[in-house]
This record gives sequence, structure tokens and C-alpha cells, in this order.
Amino acid sequence: MTEFDPGESASIVSVTDKVRSLAIGAPLSAVHFLGEKAVFVGSEENIFVVTGEGEPAAVPMHGGGILCAASDGTRLVTGGDDGKVVSLDAKGETTVLATDPKRRWIDNVALHPDGAVAWSVGKTAFVRSGKDQEKSLDVPSTVGGLAFAPKGLRLAVAHYNGVTLWFPNMAAKPEFLAWAGSHLAVAFSPDNKFLVTAMHEPALHGWRLADSRHMRMTGYPGRVRSMAWSAGGKALATSGADAVILWPFASKDGPMGKEPAMLAPLKARVTAVACHPDQAIFAAGYEDGTVLMVRMADGAEILVHRNGGAAIAALAWNAKGTLLAFAAEDGEAGLLAL
Amino acid sequence: MSELTSPKTPVQKIPVTVLTGYLGAGKTTLLNRILSENHGKKYAVIVNEFGEIGIDNDLIIGADEEVFEMNNGCVCCTVRGDLVRILEGLMKRKGKFDAIIVETTGLADPAPVAQTFFVDEDVQKNARLDAVVTVADAKWLNDRLKDAPEAKNQIAFADVIVLNKTDLVSKPELAEVEARIRGINPYAKLHRTERCKVALSDVLERGAFDLDRILEIEPDFLEAGDDHHDHDHHHHGHDHHHHDHGHSHGLKHYHDEDMQSLSLRSDKPLDPARFMPWLQGLVASEGQKILRSKGILSFSDDDERYVFQGVHMMLEGDHQRPWKEGEPRQSRLVFIGRELPEAAIREGFESCIVTQ
Repeated sequence: MTEFDPGESASIVSVTDKVRSLAIGAPLSAVHFLGEKAVFVGSEENIFVVTGEGEPAAVPMHGGGILCAASDGTRLVTGGDDGKVVSLDAKGETTVLATDPKRRWIDNVALHPDGAVAWSVGKTAFVRSGKDQEKSLDVPSTVGGLAFAPKGLRLAVAHYNGVTLWFPNMAAKPEFLAWAGSHLAVAFSPDNKFLVTAMHEPALHGWRLADSRHMRMTGYPGRVRSMAWSAGGKALATSGADAVILWPFASKDGPMGKEPAMLAPLKARVTAVACHPDQAIFAAGYEDGTVLMVRMADGAEILVHRNGGAAIAALAWNAKGTLLAFAAEDGEAGLLAL
Repeated sequence: MSELTSPKTPVQKIPVTVLTGYLGAGKTTLLNRILSENHGKKYAVIVNEFGEIGIDNDLIIGADEEVFEMNNGCVCCTVRGDLVRILEGLMKRKGKFDAIIVETTGLADPAPVAQTFFVDEDVQKNARLDAVVTVADAKWLNDRLKDAPEAKNQIAFADVIVLNKTDLVSKPELAEVEARIRGINPYAKLHRTERCKVALSDVLERGAFDLDRILEIEPDFLEAGDDHHDHDHHHHGHDHHHHDHGHSHGLKHYHDEDMQSLSLRSDKPLDPARFMPWLQGLVASEGQKILRSKGILSFSDDDERYVFQGVHMMLEGDHQRPWKEGEPRQSRLVFIGRELPEAAIREGFESCIVTQ
């Protein structure tokens, strides 16, 4: 990343000519890396795998819409409106992990590094641990989001009016973190100290897990659809405003009583964020198709993709931080090697 | 609407029809007709109970009516969270269907469904509320209006009423139930049916919530060319006017005890600096009572028509188009609600009229 230097010129430094553009030709909703392979998740039926310099190869996953996707870097798991949970491994093999008997929608999926998979159907969250045991938990209303804690087999299940924290392998009653409203996505901080949800209203809510103390993170003009922890978990980068909102999580109080940083402001809403795996850099995608790389320390920007296209649906870095992939809603996509 | 769309152009908003009706009125019959008739269109249907629809279709989605309160301090600001989620999922399959139908349970209040389209930015981006269609049972509606507040809400909320099972009642009974409906909601289009046999174009793609089509706020049973003695009643002519008309056709005229409609009009322009705060204040304080509101407005020093509509406390409005030459610049407002403070609303409205 030595070339990360905005220089003195008034115009922004651009690496748009180094981007390999990919014409996928189908609407996209997510992108993940399996090793060095970029996997673009279509809005329905197929995913598109790009290996090295090869062309995108379509792999059928669902007989309908693909509603959710998660990856741990070695496999990708998707849930569809065909009631199936499907896994793709690094070799490109697909496996149907589960089928809802009533063909209900699979609304959320989450992966644990030790191999456990979680998914949700309506008000029920399911967990299958590495030993292939399947367990389920019913929560009071439809599951809005799922996330595994970084340590132990513990699943956060977001729903109306709070989050249920469940240890699937323990008999104890699940813990409930209450906060009025609809919680639609959930994430643990990498140090396991904080839990953050993205709400239906334009706000985040957080809890310090040690004492369940509340953290309200408000002021967004739009709903937060993308959240990403910086390397080491010192900050949480979020979409939902005309700039990337970066909440400080370095201290034991998290963002409580602190102002967030607002980086990379444009006259367009941020739609996707992805943090570099080990440097203090993030990528941001906007509703007008712009993609920027931004240095957290000073907000210096590098242009990756010009505006003028469809909204950026998703961004991803490979584990080494040498490749950045972006996917626009209309199927335009690109790969940047650093 | 013969607009051609290619994948590159922004996709048109998908129309959503909300289908309500008390238990047993015939919602499922109407749904089955919509799904089985050969009309060349494909509908995604969000149903409250799987299995009632006898048609296999991967675009039929079961929903739990999950209503939640928005954290914005507005007590009646409830939305259907499940609908937000399902519409988002359906948008992944854009292009596979032409329109969406949301069936509510027989006991549901239509307001949270409608409000979902007002408050949710993402829903608004992709879908638009087309109309609230209420199926009513000609034989039993009168009884339900007495004992089921939900049934009354559904009638009050409707843009289109399908008065079904008319073959099971006599002519006087039918006249009675229609008069009861009109006492609550004189503005909805009413269709008399047997086994929900209604032209689908009468219930689908109505555009009732389109700001450009709000003009249809005349009571449905007022015939054209009926404005013979209108001039003296500009600001409060509604009641007498309809009374006379109704009687001349032998129609009964009822006032429902707790649900009414109120119409206001003015030929003199309104002062936007007074009107806007008044309207916003009115729905903020009386929004729980006001189910629906809509209006076409003529503001002073403004050559464009302004249109608005609202559901409870939520309002949306915009300039629609320039007033046409020779077109009377008349402001018209309609409120449908429960125990409306009529005198206070009239007084407030009149205070917004520019008098010179």
C-alpha cells in the first residue's frame, strides 16, 4: 500500500485504470472472497466465481431469489426463497445444508469459524454445529439478523425489541438484551466486548456486553445497511449517510460520549463499506456508483470506480488485503489488485 | 402507461394492492380469481395464511402480521415489519412479477400496512401503494359495523369496496348496507358482486395513492353535472348538497355514530404559510382519529396545484401540475375518521383562506 498517497493535486488520485471490470450481467447483492477467488452473489439463482484472470463462472445456488449470504473466507453459505441453505466451498462444490419443509424463506445466515452454521426462518433460528447436531430457538418475532460471537458457540439473534443471546450447547435460558424497535442486523465487536445492531429506523444500537449498558448511535439520514469493523476492531465503519460514519470502539466505553468521525463525504449516500483486514483503510461504495479507498487517519481518498452507475451493493477485501472487489446492484463489478 | 423498461433504465415502482375484508367476506375468492384469471399479468401475493389459496405459485409468500411502533414518538406510527422484509426479498426477483397483492387478516387494521409505504425509505424506492381494496359481505356487514371496529376501519380506509354476496340479500337490504357504507366512506369506488365477480381493472392498478391521481375525491355516488346549487356552499356545502341528491334518488342517508367523512372546499386561495402549519398541527394532534386525508389545494401566488394525502399522522404532498386555463382554482379536502372534531377542523380551515 505504498502508493496510498493523495498527493498535492486538487483532483483526487485515481486507480480506476487498474480496476479489472467484470460484466456479470445479472443484478448483484453481495461479494465475498474464498481465498483468492472473488464470489459475486446474484440477486437470484446464481453466484459468479472469478478465479485469477478467468471470466466470471456462474454457479447455480437457488431456484429463486438469494436472500442472504455469509462467508468465513473458506466457504460461502446462502439462503434462498426456495427454502434452502446452500454452501459453496473453495473448490467450487455446492452442498445443500438444509431445506425448509414448508419452503419458507431463509432470511438470514451466519458462519462460525469452527464450522457451525446458523440460519433463520421466520421466528426460528437454527444452528448446526460442526458435529452436525441441529438445534433451534424460537424468538418472539421474526429474526432480523444473526451473528456468532468471536469466542465460544454463542449466537446473537436480532428481532423486534432487542437481541437474544443464545448458547446452543448450554441448557441455560438465553439472555435477552432489550431495546424498543426493530433490529435488522447484528454484529459482535472482534474483541467480544460490544454488540451492535442496525435498526429499521436510521440508527444503530449497541450494548457493552459486560454490563449490558446501552449505546445509542443516531443521526443517520438513512437506514444503516452495511457495517464493518476496522482491523483490530478499534472502529466501526457504517453506511447510511453522505459520508462514512466511523464510531470509535478503542476504549472500554466504546463510542459512549464520543463523536464519530465522518470521512469521505460525497453528494451521495454511502451504501457499502468494507475495512482492510490489517491496515487502517476502508473501501466505501455509494449510491451513485462511486467506490473510494479511504485512509482512516486523515480521510485521504483514492478513487477506485467513478460515479454514474448503479448503487454499489457490496464490497469485499480478500484475507491478505491484496484484492478489493466491488459489486453494483445492476451487475457491474470490478476487481482491484493492490 | 406503455412505458418500455430496459434493464438499464430505472425500474418503475411496483404497484401494491392491499386486500382487506372481515372474516368470511370473500377475500380468498377474490384472490383466487386474480390468480387464476387469464390476464397476462403475474402477481406476487403476500398472504396471512398459507394453504387457503388453491394455486401453486412460488410467488405466494406467507406472512405473520408483525406490527411495530416506530421510535419516533408518534403513537399511531406503526408499520408492518414483516412487509418491509418480504418486499425487500421480493425485489431480488424484480422482473418476475408485475404487481404485488398484500392480503391482511380479517381482523387487521389497514393503517400499519399503508403507513409502511409512507415511512420506509427502501419500500418507497421500489414499490408504491396502489389502493386499499376492501371486500365486504352484503349480508353481514351491517352487523359487523355494529360489533366489530375492525370491519368499520376497513370500510373507512378503502379506496375500492367490493360489496360481495349481493345475491344473498334483497334489494332493500342492499340499499341499506350501501347507505351504511356511504355513511362512513362516500369516496370509495363501490362494486356490487356475487362471488367477487368484478372486473380486475376495477380493483387492481387503481393508483389511488398516486399524488397525481388524487383528483378523484368527489363522493362516488355524486353524478356528474350535479353542481346546480353549489355556489352558495363553497366552504361548507357538502352536507346539504349530498342530502338533497341522495333523497332525490330515494337513497337513505346515514351518519355513522363514530366514523365520518368531512369535506371542505374553498374557491378562494389558501395561504400556504397558514395552511401547512395548520394541517401538520391537525394531524399531529388528531392523527389517531383521522384515518385518511387527501386534498387538492390552490395556494395564493401559486400557479400550480398542490396535492397531498395522509394516513393518520403521516402526510405526503407535492406540487402536481400548473392549473389549467379556465380550470376553477378550487381547494378541496377530505378527511375520513372517527369522532372528527368537525367544527374545529372547519374553523381551522377557514382561517387559512386568504380574504381580501
